[in-house]
Amino acid sequence: MVAEKEIKSIKFGILSPDMIRKMSTTAIVTPDVYDENGMPVKGGVMDPKLGVIEPDQRCETCGNKLALCPGHFGSLELARPVIHIGFVKHIYELLRATCRKCGKLKIPEDEIERYLRLLEKLRDRWPQLAESLSEYVKRKAMKVYECPHCGERQYRIRYEKPTTFIEEGPLGKLTPTFIRDWLSRIPDRHLRVMGYDPETAHPAWAIITVLPVPPIAVRPSILLETGIRAEDDLTHKLVDIIRTNERLKEAINVGSPEIIIEDLWDLLQYHITTYIDNEVPGVPPAKRRSGSPLRTLAQRLKGKEGRFRNNLSGKRVDFSARTVISPDPYLSINEVGVPVEVAMNLTVPVRVTPWNVDELRRYVLNGPFKYPGANYVIEPNGRRLDLRYNKDLKAVAEALKPGFVVERHLIDGDIVLFNRQPSLHRMSIMAHVVKVLPGRTFRLHLAVCPPYNADFDGDEMNLHVPQTPEAQAEARMLLLVQDHILSPRYGGPIIGGIQDYISGGYLLSSKATYLTKDRVSDLLASINYEGEIPEPAILAPKQAWLGKQIISLLLPEDFNFAKEAKISSGAFKCQDEECFWDSYVLVKKGKFLMGVIDKNSIGAQQPESMLHYLIMEYGSSFGRQFMDRAFKLFLRFIEMRGFTMTLDDILVPERAYEEIREVYKRALEEVNKALKLYEEGKLEVTPGRTLEESLELKILEILSKARDEAGEIAVKYLNPFNNVFIMAKTGARGSALNITQMAAMLGQQSVRGERIHRGYTNRTLPFFERGDIGPEARGFVVNSFVKGLTPIEMFFHAAGGREGLVDTAVRTSQSGYMQRRLINSLLDVVVEYDGTVRAAYGDLIQFRYGEDGVDPKNTSFGKAVNVDRIVKKHVGWKIG
Amino acid sequence: MSEKLKFKILEHELVPEHEVLKPEEAIEVLRSLGVRPEQLPYIRASDPVARAIGAKPGDIVKITRKSPTAGKIVVYRFVIAG
Repeated sequence: MVAEKEIKSIKFGILSPDMIRKMSTTAIVTPDVYDENGMPVKGGVMDPKLGVIEPDQRCETCGNKLALCPGHFGSLELARPVIHIGFVKHIYELLRATCRKCGKLKIPEDEIERYLRLLEKLRDRWPQLAESLSEYVKRKAMKVYECPHCGERQYRIRYEKPTTFIEEGPLGKLTPTFIRDWLSRIPDRHLRVMGYDPETAHPAWAIITVLPVPPIAVRPSILLETGIRAEDDLTHKLVDIIRTNERLKEAINVGSPEIIIEDLWDLLQYHITTYIDNEVPGVPPAKRRSGSPLRTLAQRLKGKEGRFRNNLSGKRVDFSARTVISPDPYLSINEVGVPVEVAMNLTVPVRVTPWNVDELRRYVLNGPFKYPGANYVIEPNGRRLDLRYNKDLKAVAEALKPGFVVERHLIDGDIVLFNRQPSLHRMSIMAHVVKVLPGRTFRLHLAVCPPYNADFDGDEMNLHVPQTPEAQAEARMLLLVQDHILSPRYGGPIIGGIQDYISGGYLLSSKATYLTKDRVSDLLASINYEGEIPEPAILAPKQAWLGKQIISLLLPEDFNFAKEAKISSGAFKCQDEECFWDSYVLVKKGKFLMGVIDKNSIGAQQPESMLHYLIMEYGSSFGRQFMDRAFKLFLRFIEMRGFTMTLDDILVPERAYEEIREVYKRALEEVNKALKLYEEGKLEVTPGRTLEESLELKILEILSKARDEAGEIAVKYLNPFNNVFIMAKTGARGSALNITQMAAMLGQQSVRGERIHRGYTNRTLPFFERGDIGPEARGFVVNSFVKGLTPIEMFFHAAGGREGLVDTAVRTSQSGYMQRRLINSLLDVVVEYDGTVRAAYGDLIQFRYGEDGVDPKNTSFGKAVNVDRIVKKHVGWKIG
Repeated sequence: MSEKLKFKILEHELVPEHEVLKPEEAIEVLRSLGVRPEQLPYIRASDPVARAIGAKPGDIVKITRKSPTAGKIVVYRFVIAG
C-alpha cells in the first residue's frame, strides 16, 4: 500500500545546473538521431535511456514497461551559457539593483538588515505587502550610482530586446558568462531582501549552462501511414540546439576568431530562446518546413489550446453523449428522452446485492448488444470482463454474487446531467430523469427551453451520467429540473408556458369555450385524470362545461389568486373583479372563477404569476406536476380546436390602405414643413442638440407616429379575436409591432439609431437626388410585408437587418470574455453556513449574504416577505 | 487651514457610523466570525473617516450603515497602514 499524503503547498523554483546534471540519465552529445538502420543513436535526442516508447520494451533506465516508465531526463552541456528568456526581466532588475563589482545590493548593510527583518515579519501575514517592500527596495537600489559597500562607480545598464544587456560604461555588451558570474556574487541575504529565494531559485541559475533534455514521452514521434517518422517540434528544436552547440564547441577548440564564436553564440541563444518560447517579441519565430511556426514549450502551456485551459481546467470525459435535440411535449419537464443507441453505450455501475441480483443477471444475459443489457462486469478482485467478447454470458450471469459490479445500460429512471452551451447560468446544467426512446435525438420538454436557451433548429446538447451513488443522489436532490423552476436571477419561474401552451391556455380558459362531455373526457384522459368530472356549468339545453372548470381541477383546493391578465389592456382593461372582458384572473379556493390563462399566469420568466405562487406555496414537486398536467391539457385542447395563422389574419381591405396612404401623406407634409423650417432656420432646436440633430429627431418622431397610426388603422380592420391577435395579446408569440409591420407599414429602418444616410455622396442610393433628406431617401418603408417592399425599400430593410446580426455577433464575443473573467474571479466565493460570504481561504467578502441573508430564488422581486400576497392568499382578494 | 474651517465628515449624511472597537470587543468579533484580523475587509488608516475617529493600524472598526436590502447592517474593517 502506498502511503497517502496530502499536498500542503507547491513551490516553484529554477532548476540549478547541479540538479539538472543529477536528474540526467544520459548526456546528449550528438545531433544525430537515428543510424542507418533506423535505430536511435546513443547520446542522441532519442537515446533509449530517456524512456520507453514501444509497448513490451523494457526501459534501459528504470526497467519498467511503457505503462510504468515515467520517462527520464537527459542533459546537454552548453559550450557557452545562454540567457533563459523567461527570466530576462529578473536578470535586468538584478543587474541594475546590485553592484557591478562586488555584486552586493546597492543599499547600506544596516538598512538591508532592517528591511530583511521587516520582510520576515510581513511574509506570513501580508504577502502582498512583502512583495511591494521588495519592489521598493529594488527601486531604491537602482537609483544608486555609487556602491555603498565598495564605493565602485555604477553605470546605467541598457536592456535590448530580447536578450542583450549593455552597460553604458567601460564593459559595453555583457556576455551571459559575465552576467552569471555577477549574479553568483550577490550575497544570499541580499537576494532575500529583493524577494528571491536563493535555495530554490538562485538568479544565477537563470543563465542556462546545462540544458535539460526532456524525456521522449514529452515529445513523441509519430509514424505516418507512409511509414515515415515525423518528429515532434521539440525534438527538431533540440537537434538544432545540439548542432549549434557542437559548432560552437568546435569553433572555440580550434581558436576561431572572436566574431565567429560570437555569431555562433548568438545563434545558440536564438535556438534556446525559441525552444522555450516561440512567440517572444523581437525574435523571428522558428518555422517548420511548411512555414508554420513551431509549437515549443511556452506554446504548449499558453492560451485556450494550451495545457491549462484545454487539458487541466477542461477535460474530455467518459460517460457522456451529445446529439441533436428535439421536442417532446409528452415527457415530464423532469425527463429527457435518450435514444436507445445512446442508452446502450452509456453505463451505470451497479453493485450486486441479494435484492438486485436477479435483475442484474437479466441485464448480463442480454449482453451489450441487446437492450436493456450490460457492457461490463467487474469482479470483486477488480478484473473487468468485457461482455462484448464474452461468448458465455450465461456463465457470467450465474457467477454474479454480492461484491460484483455490473455496468448496465442506461434505463428509464436513471438520473443524468443535461447541458447546453454556452453554460451561462446554473440552469444551463440540470439533472433529468432518463426516458429511453426510439430515434436518434435527445428529447426534452418544451418548457425547459428557456433555461437552456435552446430551440430545435439544429441545437445539440450534452448528457453526462453520474457514476457514484453520491453523485447520483446529489444530482437528484439538488440539480433536478423541478428545483430550478425558480431562477435566482429574478426570483420568478424561468420554466413555464411558452408559445402554444399560452395560446392553448387562453383558448381553453376563454369565456367562449364550452365543452361537451366527450371533449371533457378526452381532455381529462390526456392527463390521466382519475377524479370525478365536475357538475356541468350549463345544464340545458345541453350539458356543457367551461374550460375554467377543467383548469380548476388541477389547482390546489385552498389556492387563492387574483391578478390582471396579459390581455387586460386598451379596451379590454380590467383592474378588479368587476370585469366584463374576462381579463382579470380570479381564483378562489382552487376554483378558477374568472379571467383567462395567458402569459401573465403561466408564462416563463414571469414573476408574481399564478405559476410562481403555485410553486412557491405548494413546492417544486407540485409545480412540476402542475406544469406537466396543465401543459399537456392546453396542448390537447389546442390540437382539438385547431390553431394556425392565415393570410386573412393580417390582410386588411383596400380601404385601409387608402387610409394608411392618407396618414403617410400627412406625415410627409409635416416632414416637408419641418424641412422648410429648417432651411429657413426657424426650426425649434432641442436643448443640447445641434440644429441638424433636432431636425432628425423631429422627422423620426413624425414618422414613428405615422407608423403607429397606420398600425392602428390596420388593427381597426382586423378581427381582434383572430389567431395572430390571440398570440400577440396573450403573449404567446409576436407583438403589436409585428402585426403593424405585417399588415400596415414597416416604418423607418435605422442603422445605429439613425435614419440610413450613408452610401453615395450626399445620398443613400443613386435613385435619389443629392441632398434629398426626405423619408423615402433615408430608409422609410411605406409598404407592409403583406403588400411587399419595393426594391429600394428592401435594400434599406436589409441594411437595418444586417446591423442586428453584427450586433449579436459582437455582443456575444464581448460578453463571453467578460463572463470568463468574472467567473475566474468569483469562482470560489461561497456562502458559508453562518451566512457570511467568504473567499477560498476564509477571507470575508460580505458579513451577511446580500446584507439580508435572503436567497433571491425564494423571494418575489427580492423582498423576503410579500405582505400583499399573504393577504390575498388567505382572504382570496385584496381588501380595499 | 484652521481646524474650524475643516469639513466635519462624520456629520455628513452619506458617511455611516464608524466606531473603533475596544480590544475585548474586537476579540469577541473575531472569535464569533472565526477569522484572523487580516481576513476582514481593510480600511486604510489614511481614510478620512478612519483619521476622523482616530483609528490606528491594527484596530478594528465597526461600521453601521444603511442597506437597501436589510435596512441596517453592521460590518467590520481592519485598519491597515497607509
